[in-house]
Parts: sequence; C-alpha cells; structure tokens
Amino acid sequence: MGYQFDFGAAGQYFGLLLKGTAVTLWLTAIASLFGLTLAVGGAAATRSKAAWIRGLVATYVELIRNTPFIVQMFFIFFGLPALGLRLAALPAAALAMTINLAAYAIEILRAGLEAVPAGQSEAGLSLGLRPTLVFALLVLPQAVAVVYPALVGQITITMLESAVVSQIAVVDLTHVADFIQSRNFRSFETYLIITLIYLGLAIVLRRVLALGGHRLIAGRRR
Amino acid sequence: MNDFTLWDITRNLLLAVPWTLLLSAIAFAGGGLVGLLLLFVGIGPYKWARLAIDLYVELFQSTPLLMQLFLVYFGLPMLGIDVSAWLAATVCLTLYSSAFLTAIWRGSVDAIPLGQWDGGASLGLHFLQQLRLVVLPQAARIAVPPTVGFLVQLVKSTALASIVGYHELTKTAQILSNATFQPFVIYGLVALAYFVICYPLTWCSRLLERRLANAGHPPD
Repeated sequence: MGYQFDFGAAGQYFGLLLKGTAVTLWLTAIASLFGLTLAVGGAAATRSKAAWIRGLVATYVELIRNTPFIVQMFFIFFGLPALGLRLAALPAAALAMTINLAAYAIEILRAGLEAVPAGQSEAGLSLGLRPTLVFALLVLPQAVAVVYPALVGQITITMLESAVVSQIAVVDLTHVADFIQSRNFRSFETYLIITLIYLGLAIVLRRVLALGGHRLIAGRRR
Repeated sequence: MNDFTLWDITRNLLLAVPWTLLLSAIAFAGGGLVGLLLLFVGIGPYKWARLAIDLYVELFQSTPLLMQLFLVYFGLPMLGIDVSAWLAATVCLTLYSSAFLTAIWRGSVDAIPLGQWDGGASLGLHFLQQLRLVVLPQAARIAVPPTVGFLVQLVKSTALASIVGYHELTKTAQILSNATFQPFVIYGLVALAYFVICYPLTWCSRLLERRLANAGHPPD
C-alpha cells in the first residue's frame, strides 16, 4: 500500500479545532439547559388531570422520537422561514437540539417520576405543602436521582448527534474537519483526529456529569 | 422551471422510501450477523476477546455516526476499494448496528442468572449446548423489545447517508426542496414518512416490553 499517513497536516489548525470544540460544547450546554428545563415541565404535564395536555405532550414526544434529527433541523432551518420565522444557523441548530433532547428527556423523567412511590407525595401533601412544592421539592429530586445516568447518556448522545449541524453551516467540530480536509486533502487523517476528539469529549463529558451528579444527588438520597 | 404539484412532490418522496427501507434492512441484517458473531466471541472463554469487543462497542457508541460514515467513505479508497455512497453507507451502518446489537444482546445474555448455566452443566450439557438450549431461548425474549427499539434508531440513522450522497428519503427531500422552494411542505412530508415507518416499530417494541414485564405474573 503506497499511502503515506500524515497526521501533522491537521495539527497546524489547532486554534480552529479548539474553536470548533467550543461551539460543539456550547451547543450541547444550551440544549441541555433549555431541553432539560422543558423536559421537567413536560414530564410534570404527563401527570396532568387534563387529557388534552397529556395528549399534547405524548404527541410531541412521539413525533420527535420517531423522526431523524437531521430532518427536524432542516425543517426548522429551511422550512420555518416559510412561516416567517427566519433563524440564523447557530440559533436554528440550538433550537433543534433543544427540542430533540427535551423529547427524550421527558420520556426518561417520566419513568423516573413513576419510580417514586406515591407515599412520598401523599406524605408531602399531608404536611400541608402545596402540590407544586411537593413536586418540586419531594418527587422531582428523587425522580432525577433514579434516572440521572440515563439523562447523562442522552446528553452525550445529543453532543454526538450535533455533528450534523455542520450541514447547515454551523462552524462546529465537524465543520472544522470539513474545512481542514478541503485545505490539506488529508481527509482520512483529519476525520480520524476529529473522531478521536469527539470520543474524548464523550468520555470526559460523561465522567464530569457523573461526578457532578454524585455531588448533587448522593447527599440527598435517603 | 417545471411546476411541481403537491402530488409530484409526494410521488417523488414515496419513490425514495424503498431506498431508506432497503438500507435499513441491509444494515439490520448485516449488523445482526456481525453482532451475533461478536456476541458468541464475547461470551466465550477469552477475556481479551471480551475486552476487544467492549472497546469496539464503545468506539461506535461514543463517536458521531457522521464521522464513522466519513471515515469509511474516505478510508476505504486508501485500501484500494472504490467506494460509492451506497457502499460506504451500507458498510458503515452495518458496523454501527453490529456494535449496538451486540451490546443489547450481550446485556440480555448477562441478565440470565448464572444458575441457569450451572443447571445446564449439571445436566451434562457442554458450553454450546448450555448456550443454545438453556440461555439463548431465555435471553432472546428479553432481547426482542430493545432490538425492535434499535431498529427505529437505525431507520432514523439512515438519514445521515444523504450527506455522503446516497439517494434516500432525506437526500431526495433536499433535491426537491432546491428545485421547488417549498422546504416547509417537503420536510414536513419527509418527517411524516419517517414517522409512518418508525412509529409502528416503537409501538411494537413497547407492546412487547409490556408483555415481557407481565410474563412473570400470569393473571390469576
């Protein structure tokens, strides 16, 4: 085989790689922040007495979970301007990731809420706490503690899936890879390096979130 | 420029559906075969083989599918293989699904109590017989719902093949959208098409899961 590997060819773009990594992480952080907030509301709504609210949340969850992320993103970026909602690439990517993560997180949190014994909220109510406080202070923390690993997994998946946002010209890690390989014609080496960066990010992200969760949750549990 | 009616758009999208289904089917069948092979090696006696398979699974689950696709697409030519978008997508999605399927199936086999293996051994069955007659029939029941669930993930993943230029549903949508300037309708319809493919699978997976959960407690 006559092919000479040249990994150094991508090394000179260190600053660019750093910038792409920052964009990928920033998008993940935004999506996690807003997506999880949305998901808490959505998961709470699945316990609503009003059937139409439950139906609405269920429809949202099923629609997102049964269509590809890239199609959702294209719909938001290319389709929504027809309704007069024109978003730049970065906000469109952040919105698509938020909407996507929220749907999966609702499903995860719902399972967590179901795992909390009914006696917990009954005890809170019998102490005279308002239902909202019972949910926020008693039920939700216990539910999150149960499903925390699944949430971490979903956030990691969101980070990895965000590689697709390069397709609407967001300058994330993958977009940087496309740029570098168009300059040095070393596509295999470039994509290999970027893949390894993603691998590192996924491992570190999982570790950091697990440690953070340990601190947040461990002391409160039982 | 030709005027595209809604029916023209729908018809063209419908023509692309079989390609999405075909890619999903090949990746699932190929991934299933490789995954099964990896499963057998993984539960075998060699510890290093198990570690190697864990690493394989980790690599596929912790890197973006898009990067895997690019690596296959740009990597195979270096081995002297001429890659079409079709070949790259097929190879990549097959490997991808083999990693996920072997992980799911390994989990199912690990969920069977060791006593079942010992029970088989005490009846004089050797390793392969224990596996085939005692463990796998039980593990298969546990494995079916998440396997069907993964099929949904796989169908959705085939959308990424559009990026290397494979003409399936999403790629067709991009072309139509560029030709007609009706992205709202087109991506809406494409999402609907994926939903129609995926939702029955999701529903099926959930039903099987519920049935499995109730299996231990027959109605009295």
